[in-house]
Amino acid sequence: MVKRQYLPILVTVALFILVFLAGSFRYTGFFSMQVLTNLLIDNAFLLIVAVGMTFVIVSGGIDLSVGSMVALTTMLSATLIEQLGWPPSLVIPCVLLFGALFGLGMGAIIHYFNIQPFIVTLAGMFLARGLCYVISINTITIDNAFYKDMAMTKIQLPGGGFISISVIIALAVVLLAIYLAHYTRFGRNTYAIGGSEQSSLLMGLPVARTKMLVYAFSGFCSALGGVVFTFYMLSGYGLHAVGLELDAIAAVVIGGTLLTGGVGYVAGTVFGVLIQGVIQTIINFEGTLSSWWTRIVIGILLFVFILLQRIINVRASKSRAV
Amino acid sequence: MWNRISKHHLFWPLTVLAALLLFNLVYKPGFFSVRIQGGHLYGSLIDILNYGAPLILVAIGMTLVIATGGIDLSVGSIVAISGAIACLIVSRASDQHSLSIVLTAVGVALGLAIICGLWNGILVGGAGMQAIIATLILMVAGRGIAQLVTNGQIVTVTSNPYKYIGAGWLAMLPFSIFIVAAVLLAAAWLTRRTALGLFIESVGSNATASRLAGIRSRSVIFAVYIFCGLCAGLAGIILSSNVSSADGNNAGLWYELDAILAVVIGGTSLNGGRFYLSGTVVGALIIQTLTTTIYMVGVPPEITLVVKAFVVFTVCLIQSEKFRMAMTGKGKRRRAPAEREVTQHG
Repeated sequence: MVKRQYLPILVTVALFILVFLAGSFRYTGFFSMQVLTNLLIDNAFLLIVAVGMTFVIVSGGIDLSVGSMVALTTMLSATLIEQLGWPPSLVIPCVLLFGALFGLGMGAIIHYFNIQPFIVTLAGMFLARGLCYVISINTITIDNAFYKDMAMTKIQLPGGGFISISVIIALAVVLLAIYLAHYTRFGRNTYAIGGSEQSSLLMGLPVARTKMLVYAFSGFCSALGGVVFTFYMLSGYGLHAVGLELDAIAAVVIGGTLLTGGVGYVAGTVFGVLIQGVIQTIINFEGTLSSWWTRIVIGILLFVFILLQRIINVRASKSRAV
Repeated sequence: MWNRISKHHLFWPLTVLAALLLFNLVYKPGFFSVRIQGGHLYGSLIDILNYGAPLILVAIGMTLVIATGGIDLSVGSIVAISGAIACLIVSRASDQHSLSIVLTAVGVALGLAIICGLWNGILVGGAGMQAIIATLILMVAGRGIAQLVTNGQIVTVTSNPYKYIGAGWLAMLPFSIFIVAAVLLAAAWLTRRTALGLFIESVGSNATASRLAGIRSRSVIFAVYIFCGLCAGLAGIILSSNVSSADGNNAGLWYELDAILAVVIGGTSLNGGRFYLSGTVVGALIIQTLTTTIYMVGVPPEITLVVKAFVVFTVCLIQSEKFRMAMTGKGKRRRAPAEREVTQHG
């Protein structure tokens, strides 16, 4: 008997396999290692951002600033490297630190002034996006050897496909996040706060520290996502990653994390990202379908998964009552 | 007396608006001047009202939704959908100037907007989903639907009657102002002269308790989401008519955030249970004035976002009781029951 809490994630995995198989039967050349690895290559930044978002949502909050933070990171990196001539070894730690501090600041405001995360991170989103334009309204292309190397290097896999360095970074983040979520005190505290902040406080858990750290982690992930996105685009631009926060939230929800907090798995988020990627790939393969179908299909998937969560929740509370 | 004035819910929003206008007046002495040209009133103040009209409409609908403790993220997408469908119907017609075609287009667009609102209402009120999540679905899918309607193109129309809605003049004033006034009066009358306003506030405070007290919470929630959809649909028609075209991708982009911002600036708490329509209108005007100011001063318009961010932070900090206590040092002030509830809610 499968535990009820694993049901959403199993549905997600099954759906991914189903969609992938459907694509493989329909299109020649779909069932290959390279299509699979391309999913990871094209969505590495989304994966990193969504992992950070998972922690925030598990803690019962939401972070709308991630997309803007990615854009700001690309902008900061491009300016520091191209216009101020900093070496990448200095730029990358700096932007990562900046992202983490940005998140920490938002977390502190959310906790200490008791303002809803939705509105605080909304302001953070405006701020980060606006700061991009303060730096420059135009695209800044990056012509740095290190960044180009990171973008071009292909690592051959034994199965025939290749992956980029970004994928390795993304997978490392996923492993780190799984460790953090399930094997550390910080992870358990996050789940506890998502379950009930009041109870966590009464239990003596460090609510303030954990909440701030969760947002700092999300800020760090967005900045890292931004670094990876910079490798991908080789430019800094204020309009990069518009609407990424929605994709990240969608990936987390499709991955089976409850938006009310307290329940969710990083592994689910990985499959949430992959499902979005595979839908995109199918629409590309189909050729006649336009890109807006992606949005519609993702909207429908969101609906189905949220409904599924509701049903599971209602059942759970009923069986508890009996 | 001073205490009473400064405690009034409109005090801070109006102060901010006045300060903004005053800044404009100092910066450009002719800012307040309104001149008559060709039988129309022209001037920056009229512009603010005219361009602010869609935002005020969306924000009015959003106020009622937020008053029930919900939120509607899909308004931007509904703006895009209604503008797209209206422009599509008008552009397909053999005679674009025919009034009946324009009325059909407006009717269909508003009908679709109502269906969108109903969908949100069913998810929130019927299925009991969290409002942020339920409306997120339409927010993501809606923009896709709008692009599907326009086939990814920008649909342009040349219809005079359609253009009149968003760019016409009536009694020397832009026509859109009259639409806003009508919707505002209707909303104010319904919520302040009938029991509906009380029902909305009561559902916002506690939906379960309201239901037990005999209020049909579900119908109230349906009603506010439908009204919000309708407002967004109207705004979409005005926006697309103003530029005589519909852009499924960019029309109404980030409208939901501006609308929520207007509502919050107007003093309505995101926790629900209390709402101020007048505050919302002032809030929307503040946002529009801010945009106009930034254009006038000559900073790149994108910088508006940074200013907006600080406005949101400031307004939220002022509304946060913890922050006010830290500032004034009155930690042991007696708290009103409603405020206490808000604190516990967080």
